[in-house]
Amino acid sequence: MLEIIGLTRRFGTVTAVDAVTLAIPHGQMMGIIGRSGAGKSTLLRLINRLVEPSEGRIVFEGRDVSALRGRALRDWRTDCAMIFQQFNLVQRLDVLTNVLVGRLNHRGTLTSLLKLFTAEERAAAIRTLDRFDLAEAALQRADTLSGGQQQRVAIARALMQEPRLILADEPIASLDPRNGKVVMDALRRINREDGLTVLCNLHTLDTARQYCDRIVGMRAGRVVFDGIPAQLTAPIVRDIYGMGEEDLDRAETVTGTGLEAASRPRIAA
Amino acid sequence: MAAIAGDAAVARFEERHRALRRRKALTTAIGTVLFAAAFLASAIVGELDPARLAAGVPNILDYVHRTLPAISARQPLTDIGEWYWAIDVWLLLMLDTVLMGLVGTLAGAGVALLFCFHAAANLAPNRWSFWVARRGFEFARTVPELVFVLIFVFAFGPGPFAGVVAIAIHYAGALGKLFAEVNENADPRPIEALAAAGAGWSETMRFAVLPQVLPNFLSYGLLRFEINVRAASVLGIVGAGGIGEELYLVVRRFIYPDISAIVLLILVTVALIDMGCERLRHSLIEAGPARATR
Ligand SMILES: Nc1ncnc2c1ncn2[C@@H]1O[C@H](COP(=O)(O)OP(=O)(O)O)[C@@H](O)[C@H]1O
Ligand SMILES: [Mg+2]
Repeated sequence: MLEIIGLTRRFGTVTAVDAVTLAIPHGQMMGIIGRSGAGKSTLLRLINRLVEPSEGRIVFEGRDVSALRGRALRDWRTDCAMIFQQFNLVQRLDVLTNVLVGRLNHRGTLTSLLKLFTAEERAAAIRTLDRFDLAEAALQRADTLSGGQQQRVAIARALMQEPRLILADEPIASLDPRNGKVVMDALRRINREDGLTVLCNLHTLDTARQYCDRIVGMRAGRVVFDGIPAQLTAPIVRDIYGMGEEDLDRAETVTGTGLEAASRPRIAA
Repeated sequence: MAAIAGDAAVARFEERHRALRRRKALTTAIGTVLFAAAFLASAIVGELDPARLAAGVPNILDYVHRTLPAISARQPLTDIGEWYWAIDVWLLLMLDTVLMGLVGTLAGAGVALLFCFHAAANLAPNRWSFWVARRGFEFARTVPELVFVLIFVFAFGPGPFAGVVAIAIHYAGALGKLFAEVNENADPRPIEALAAAGAGWSETMRFAVLPQVLPNFLSYGLLRFEINVRAASVLGIVGAGGIGEELYLVVRRFIYPDISAIVLLILVTVALIDMGCERLRHSLIEAGPARATR
């Protein structure tokens, strides 16, 4: 169980996350929706402690993780693996090394710096890649892969961390619909097969409805909806986004289903 | 109506344009005056005297003329052989100097590599290590090699070791700054990903930054190898051994043809190294990032 209690983060005068309280049971797949700037990314980064909270606590299985430092903080980050919109792979390294990077906190610094990964680690990485049909690409450079492939490599890297949670920040916003589906399927698979809790920021309502057990809607840093997909009615959508779903769809078709980050579909702010 | 409004806009633009041009002309005029003043001042301080310059030029030509070897058309090869009578010794000394430059370059690059991550504003683990690395590199590159080598000859005695250390320190400073700048342009996304995965600082540098910057590091590292060989020749003059010391010797003893022979040898060696490095750098740059097929 992950408990978020009164979590707040201010950037100057902007309150990006405002007194958010949530309890997420183990193994849940939870989607977070809301307009651009609603605080979705900040919430995930607070949980991973890439951003420090201004107020509030994060408790994981009874342990407060909001004040960890040094080694303990790195262990916590290893426990909650992050998936990024832009995949964040090391482009010039091969796929295998990109996946093995997920092991870094499990091993000695010196052997890591010399890139001395063991045969078992390599085998585990290949097996993980194979789950996502990417074992063949292991020795290719990351920048030779398509966006959908890169995101699946990033998921494999996350799994190599042996995490308890997956935090995915708009994992398909840079992908075309077909690749977006492949990546969402992969996330659901690790949720169902590995029993991992998945927290996923999403920009399309349909995806959230289709894949998530629970949906949380955010507006101006606050949680304004928390329920199952069936409870996400038209008035509630209007409340979260400040516009109806038809306008939302139009806003998305206008911005296009971007293949590139620059033209990624975003809800107009 | 619209036309009148448009005319007003044109008039406003013309006004601003004229003001801008006036300001530009003024800056140029002030710049010219300042430059002339600075030039005059430095000419006076440097005792630049056209008459003395004119009187001195023939001396230079005379000196160069004396060093020219006597090569006859009848037996040129024999004459060249005479000219380079000590080629075996000189080649060995030249090799000494090249090695001094090479080891100095490698050692300097090694030190720069070790601390360039601390000296990058986006990567430094904390503020004091950033400050120490920055100031350290600054000190190493602002103190001239000659000063270092004089200290080291005093400390370690004459010989190539002093030269190597002097070159290494100076080069570490020069290269460290360049490396740090390359680091500051590194893509932050993989760095964030490694931090998010719980990797430590050194591991993050190794896996997220180094692969991005290494080709640039190699290219910069080679950029000055030939300059370091030239520096090593000069350092020989103040006791660091190698071909420089030999050159100093023949100059002091007025063995004129040897002077030209050694200078030409240094020239050719440095040019060859320069060309070789240039080739290597080009192949490095061409082997650069294969573009994504996204
Ligand atoms: N590092 C930061 N510095 C200053 N303001 C930030 C920073 N990160 C986020 N914000 C602000 O916090 C708010 C929420 O941003 P974000 O969490 O990225 O929203 P979302 O992911 O829902 O689009 C925005 O107003 C944004 O400008
Ligand atoms: Mg976001």
